[in-house]
Formats: sequence, C-alpha cells, structure tokens
Amino acid sequence: MDSPTEQRSGAGLPDARGHFGPYGGRFVSETLMYPLEELDAAYRRYRNDPAFLAELENDLTHFVGRPSPLYLAERWSRETGGARIWLKREDLNHTGAHKINNTVGQILLARRMGKTRIIAETGAGQHGVATATVAARQGLDCVVYMGAEDIQRQSPNVFRMRLLGAEVVAVESGSRTLKDALNEAMRDWVANVDDTFYVIGTVAGPAPYPEMVRDFQCVIGHEARRQMQERAGCLPDALVACVGGGSNAIGLFHPFLEDEGVALYGVEAAGDGIETGRHSAPLGAGRPGILHGNRTYLMEDDDGQIIETHSISAGLDYPGVGPEHAWLRDAGRATYVGVTDEQALAAFHHLCRTEGIIPALESAHALAYAGQLAAGMRPDQNIIVNLSGRGDKDIQTIAEREGITL
Amino acid sequence: MSRIAACMRVLRDAQRSALVPYVMAGDPGAEETVALMHAMVEAGANMIELGVPFSDPMADGPVIQKAAERALKGGMSLRGVIDIVHRFRRDDASTPVVLMGYLNPVERMGYDTFVTEAASAGVDGVLTVDLPPEEAESFTRLLREADIDPIFLLSPTTTSARMRAVCEAASGFVYYVSLKGVTGAASLDMDEVGERVRSIREITDLPVGVGFGISDAETASRMAMVADAVVVGSALVKRMQAHADNPARMRHEVSELLSQMRQAMDSHGGRYSSDAAPVGAPGG
Repeated sequence: MDSPTEQRSGAGLPDARGHFGPYGGRFVSETLMYPLEELDAAYRRYRNDPAFLAELENDLTHFVGRPSPLYLAERWSRETGGARIWLKREDLNHTGAHKINNTVGQILLARRMGKTRIIAETGAGQHGVATATVAARQGLDCVVYMGAEDIQRQSPNVFRMRLLGAEVVAVESGSRTLKDALNEAMRDWVANVDDTFYVIGTVAGPAPYPEMVRDFQCVIGHEARRQMQERAGCLPDALVACVGGGSNAIGLFHPFLEDEGVALYGVEAAGDGIETGRHSAPLGAGRPGILHGNRTYLMEDDDGQIIETHSISAGLDYPGVGPEHAWLRDAGRATYVGVTDEQALAAFHHLCRTEGIIPALESAHALAYAGQLAAGMRPDQNIIVNLSGRGDKDIQTIAEREGITL
Repeated sequence: MSRIAACMRVLRDAQRSALVPYVMAGDPGAEETVALMHAMVEAGANMIELGVPFSDPMADGPVIQKAAERALKGGMSLRGVIDIVHRFRRDDASTPVVLMGYLNPVERMGYDTFVTEAASAGVDGVLTVDLPPEEAESFTRLLREADIDPIFLLSPTTTSARMRAVCEAASGFVYYVSLKGVTGAASLDMDEVGERVRSIREITDLPVGVGFGISDAETASRMAMVADAVVVGSALVKRMQAHADNPARMRHEVSELLSQMRQAMDSHGGRYSSDAAPVGAPGG
C-alpha cells in the first residue's frame, strides 16, 4: 500500500495472498489450489493487457449497453424532503442487472485460458442468466447450479437460462438455496478442472475471486463518480447499495474508498427482523468464520454449522458476505444496516409509483434505507443508490405475497 | 513417537499397508459410532478416520454429505465427536484416530480449546479439508505442540513445488487424493496413481495414504501395492446408510467389506518396496 489514505481505506487490499486483513484468503481443498493459482496468474496477466481491456470495453459498450445512466429521482427526492437521490441505473444493462459486468469479464478470461466449459451458481437467477447470456455469445457450454427452492421462486429466470442454451441443475442438498448451489458448483469444478471455468457471481469465494469480481464491477463506481462530477460538480455525500454477497455494493464503493467525505452504506436483508433470527444479515448479526473458500462474517450456530437464512429476495438470501465488506465493516469505513422484507416492499411500491421504475427486490432494500437517510440530510446534499437490477423477475413473488393471482 | 508414526512403522516393517476406514461421527448416533469403530478394528482396520459433520461439505460427494446431514440432525457436534474419541479410547489405547472435517467448526470452538480437548481425548491426527498449508501455519504449530499430526492432502493437480511445501507442513502421513473429484467418485486410473505416489516418495519419507474412489477389495489390494495406507470412505458409508435402522447388521456389513479388503491387501504377498514399486494389478 502506498499512501496513508490508502492504508486507512484499504483501497490497496487484498495482499498478495488474497487477504483483506484477517478476511479473505484461499480456504479450499487441495485439488482446487492449482486451478486457483492458474486463474490468479491469468487474471494478473490480462488485467493490464491492452487487447484484453479493449475487448472488455467494447463488450461493455456495445453488448451490455454501458455506461448506465445516473438518474436524478426528482419526485422521490422532493417527497422525502431531504437530500437529492440519484439512481445508478444498473437495471438498464443487458439482462437487467449489474451481474453481466462481471460475467463478460470472467468469460473473456476463460476464453483466453482455453477453457471450453462454463459453470456458475445462482440465487435469484440474475447471475445465472448473465452467465448463460455471455456463454451463448461466446459459444461455450454452460451449466448453472441453482437451489431447488430458488428454482421455484424464480421460474422465469430458469426458463431464460434454458432459452439461452444453458443446462440448469437443481440442487436438492442442504437448504436448497444459493449456498448449496455454490457447494455443488465447487464439486463440479473439482471434478472438471481441466476444461472448466467457474464464474463466481459475487465478491466472495477463494482468492482471487473477491478481488477479480470487484475489479470487473468497479465500472459502476468509476462511471458514477464521473457522472456525478459532470452533473452536480461534486462528489456524492453518501452511497447506498444492497449487500448479499456484495458485488454491486463493492463495485459502487471501491472507487470512492479514499474519498473520506463520501459515506458508504451497505444494506443487508433483515428479513422478518434481526430480532426474529429470520434474516440474512451476517455483517449485522453474524460472526467471522470460514465458508466457501474465504474467512468472512457468517450466519452460524454455536457449533460452527451454517444456518439457514431468510429474505424475501433470493439474491440476498446468503449466509456469508464478501471478505472486503467484512474488512470495511471492522475498519469503520463502511456502515452496514438492515432493512426488513416489509420495508423493502414499501420502497419497491414507492419507486414504482413515483419514478416509473420497477426495482429488483434486492435493490429495494437499498432504496428503503436511502429514503430514511435522505430525510435526515439537506437538499443540497447528494446520495447515489445503486439500482442494481430491475424487478420484472420479482412480480410473481410480490403478487403472491399480496394475494393476487396473475 | 506419535501413535500414527508407530502404527505406520510396524506395518512398514511387516510389509503391510494400513487399512483406514472412514466413519461419519454420529451417523446414525454416537453409541453406534463407537461400536462401529471397535468392529472396524476387529475386521482389520489399522487406523480410523472419524468424520466431523459439517453443514457445507464442499469436497464431499452426496454419500458423505447425506451422512453429515443425518449426523447433524441427530445433534452431533465437534464436541460430540471429541467425546466419541474419548469413549473409544477407554477400550482401545493403540489404534490411531484421525479427525477429518472442515475448518469452521474448529474456528468456532477456538483453535487452542480444540487442540487441548482433542489431545486429551486421544485424537492422533487432524485433517481439515479446506485448510491448505498456506493458511494453516499457526494451527499446525498448535497441533504439533500437542503431539497431534497435521495431515494434509495432495491431489492430481498439486504441482511439485506445492508438493514440497505440503509435505513439510505434514506429519504422520500425507494423504494422496487419487482422483480429481469429490469423495465417492468413480473412475480411478491405477497407473497414474502409482506414478504420482512414486513422485511423492521422491520428495518425502512420510508414509503415503491413498483415498477417494476405493470401493472394493480388488481396488484396495491394488492400492496397497503402491501406498502405505488405503483409505475407504463412501463405500463403507453407503453400507452404513443402507442398514441405519439395524446397528448389528450395519456392523456386520461394514466388517465384511473391511475383512475382504484386508484379506485382499495381505494376499498379494509383500507390498511396495522403496526401490521398485510395482504398479497395477498382478498380471495386469
């Protein structure tokens, strides 16, 4: 790390072994050590390779549709009567979420490494769709692991993946959700390391994934920073993003880590309420431990067994979180708060009605907290909320919850 | 000398390989596990690998994952596993016991507490599947101070540079994962395994155990020709699962498979010698 600011912010992390302070690292079985080293070497080689970066840039512009707009939500801001709220419109990306920023990057890397088969895990299905989309475009075989529970909750996305030519494998083990899909994808990778590239969808997992996925998602924060300066002539006062694994949040936060005047708020799913135990808030109510290849905050019992999580949004329903968030939490650089299912739903409806935007339920958690935060701020202050995905995939869930048959 | 080193030396002098069965602690219950461990020793096991159940066993196949789910449902915990070793030691002071599991339950209990309690129960080795030597320095030191052998895995994808580092961190024996895949997977290439074990021997004097994918007497016997220890997991757990409601029958089935393996392993007359390790089955 170079400057004192960088040391305080942790912008220079992880270290050479993938550690963010005590978090991160590479906790995997021996068979995966070599493929991870191979991936690490390839990533370090291509991350500064002009031809690779040019191809990435080209795909982000013409296939994904970047840059995504920074939209001033004027009606909503006026109603809250506080700070101006800006939405970073990741929902307008191809496939409807921020996930594709990362899958475009990883699959370009896979191709350069000569891998012919792509595997991925998915929760809400957004990462699965983004992976299947890019795999189709690159002509690579694609297998997506998805918890059987999530397959039921997110059937349109399952169909989307199949239309794109991916094989969707239902995972029946454990709690039948995202964490089990991740276990199953790891098992596939162990057995097929020679030709297979594992596209992890969030900033968790063994090194180098947390760093690599962050770097691919940082396009969000870099754009937002430039757009804010162009539009408002200043940096934002606060950033707000939802945190499941935490990839959309880290992508927005990271380019601002050294700007001490920019407050960072990560919003976890408080489910039925932290006090009920039915939530997905490891940073708010969990403890550090080891899962899925890294040390981070986890939801676990007294014996160190991972416990089931709850959230109305499948994309936040995960018992761990990216190790960089664990580090930012302990360092006090970012603040992590919880938003319940009810609060997220209220924010969902509010955005639909005031701004004509249907947000993903994941993003609605960030919107709910941003509303509270804005109300306590001055009208000349600015908040950027990462609108990480669109809500079309969630209309079934919302209709069911409200007793409506579509 | 540790119980594992002593056991391996006696076998090496007798030109025999160790038979190392795996059992998931607490599947179906703690009582049954202790009884099974004794039955395994009687059937010819030289060392026991005792599985510590974990909710997210990434390196295991469906058979062992289900066993872990059953054990956890029955209330098994890391403390419960250590207690099983305690009870086993009342009647067996010599058979080494290696705990095999994942890091998080140990991290949760606390490394110092775990090592102290495991040592006092009579645990001889600890294999933490998701803890490579790079992340294990302080834990390895604690284990060694308590005379517990840290056991590490080597795999078909391990580079020779890593192989050296892993062997330096390990004691007791090193465990070669004989295939790319999870526990209980199918295909084994004997020639390749023999080749790899030979290259491990060029690097270390530690005994070499081989496991993953060994399901019958013939495979066990062929493995015994190249390896110092043969680990059998999923094949046994499958039998246990099939007879979970009848503990006596379960012990019988498990003993039967182990006896067959023991017999086959001992019948080919002399195993690997350090100069010229025979590879493949006799006559093929």
